Amino acid sequence: MSGWANTLIQGVLLGGLYALFAAGLSVIFGVMRLVNLAHGDLIVLAAFVILTLTTALGLDPWTATLVALPILFAVGYALQFVLLNRTLGHDLLPPLLVTFGLSIVIENGLLQVFSADSRRLDAGPIETSSLALGHGVAVGVVPLLTLVSAVAVILLLNLLFYRTRLGRAFRATSDDAEMAALMGIDHRRTFAAAMGVALVVVAIAALYLGMRANFDPTAGPGRLLYAFEAVIIGGIGSFWGTLAGGVVIGVAQTVGARINPEWQILAGHLAFLVVLVLRPRGFFPRAVD
Amino acid sequence: MPPTSASVPPPVGQAATPPLLQIRGLSKAFGSVVAADGIDLDVGKGEALGIIGPNGAGKTTLFSLIAGSIQPDRGTIRLGGRDLAHLPQHARCAAGIGRTHQIPHPFANLTVFENLLVAAVHGSGRSERDAADFCAGILATTSLLPQANRLSGSLPLLARKRLELARALATGPELLLLDETAGGLTEAECGALVETIAAIRAGGVTVIWIEHVVHALLAVVERLIVLDFGKKIAEGKPRAVMASPEVRAIYMGIAAGAAEGSA
Repeated sequence: MSGWANTLIQGVLLGGLYALFAAGLSVIFGVMRLVNLAHGDLIVLAAFVILTLTTALGLDPWTATLVALPILFAVGYALQFVLLNRTLGHDLLPPLLVTFGLSIVIENGLLQVFSADSRRLDAGPIETSSLALGHGVAVGVVPLLTLVSAVAVILLLNLLFYRTRLGRAFRATSDDAEMAALMGIDHRRTFAAAMGVALVVVAIAALYLGMRANFDPTAGPGRLLYAFEAVIIGGIGSFWGTLAGGVVIGVAQTVGARINPEWQILAGHLAFLVVLVLRPRGFFPRAVD
Repeated sequence: MPPTSASVPPPVGQAATPPLLQIRGLSKAFGSVVAADGIDLDVGKGEALGIIGPNGAGKTTLFSLIAGSIQPDRGTIRLGGRDLAHLPQHARCAAGIGRTHQIPHPFANLTVFENLLVAAVHGSGRSERDAADFCAGILATTSLLPQANRLSGSLPLLARKRLELARALATGPELLLLDETAGGLTEAECGALVETIAAIRAGGVTVIWIEHVVHALLAVVERLIVLDFGKKIAEGKPRAVMASPEVRAIYMGIAAGAAEGSA
């Protein structure tokens, strides 16, 4: 009994990590309708930025992430303003091709600079500490912090999108960029700000990616797939949906692994397919699309 | 109450101050279709100008050129003496141009109130706090208060049309471009709309109104131009223009009943 409870709890905690991977993608997809194939590589890039800050400045990963946040906002803003805005239009293909290319460029750039070695962010003793919940169930502190951070990120994104001037500009531009321009909104700068916000979320995801597992320059595409599945399970445009989507994949993976360790990855993808069949628009689709 | 012609600003050409909107030689072709063919037009501050013409005459294209969603092949557009040529669409909104579309395009996933708030904050540069009061006022004048917190994508047509107008007003326009706002409305709704637009004018907003519902148009505007194949073929006092043989031949041949009914 406590075995299954443990499996579910570990699954939910793992879901927090997938939700973090997906939250940035959800912003990009929700505002720009941009399918960002480089999202996984951007997470890995952010992890290397944090790693470099820890080694170059002697910072711990948490402080390094705080330093990395404004850097990644600027990177995202510039990336959208200079490159990705040019790909947006009625044709879906240019953004796909450009972000696919960007993915390859980032991966090979990282290989050049950092080699193919596996790296890790060293967070010290917190990595192995855990909390006993009784009944033989214990949760790791880092996985717990991952889930707490995911919930906090989702809360803050909702506040940003529904309670601020910038957030309403995001939503209006997402609905109809042409009309938004007529209302005085410069959609190019709005999109750039949205990408900046997305990369801030990416930096937070990268912190937990790097603390929980080894990463190397080729780790991006795998993260991308989980992120996409979480966004689609949740419903495009809903941040709480993205969190739920991450949790669905996380729980499916731990349950699958408990039945047969080889089924972990497969079970996550199967859960995605099942949701796609039963709820093609996800759990929390937008009112109007 | 419809405005009388007593408050008409000085006619074009003899005003000491430059016109609010000055268009010279404006041309635009889409392939072989000429949508604007050397249009000259002056609109004085506070004036209400009507535009009529058959479908495909280039009326909506003229609005798109003024609002900046398409670029002219030739010609200039000035607002308050300022050349708009290199001003992108969002900057023209900030410069004081508000526009409605024939088919309403609300931000469907925003509430009615949020639609106005976006327009007021970004279009008229108000702070969020000022904008909230300002938008509540517009919701009241456009009879949208009961629907303020509904998602605008779920509104029926009439409310969408009202929202289209309300949102344009929320940008705080100096010049308001109305594109077939009365189309599809009942007589009573149309009467209410005429009153609303007359009130907007009374507030000092300059209005250019494209409309097929001629009697609604004539209740508000003091000058009328007729476009056909991208050319201005008639201009002047509304009733004189409606009575002119060119208009009867080219335009009213299509809708003679409507013309007689209102003229």
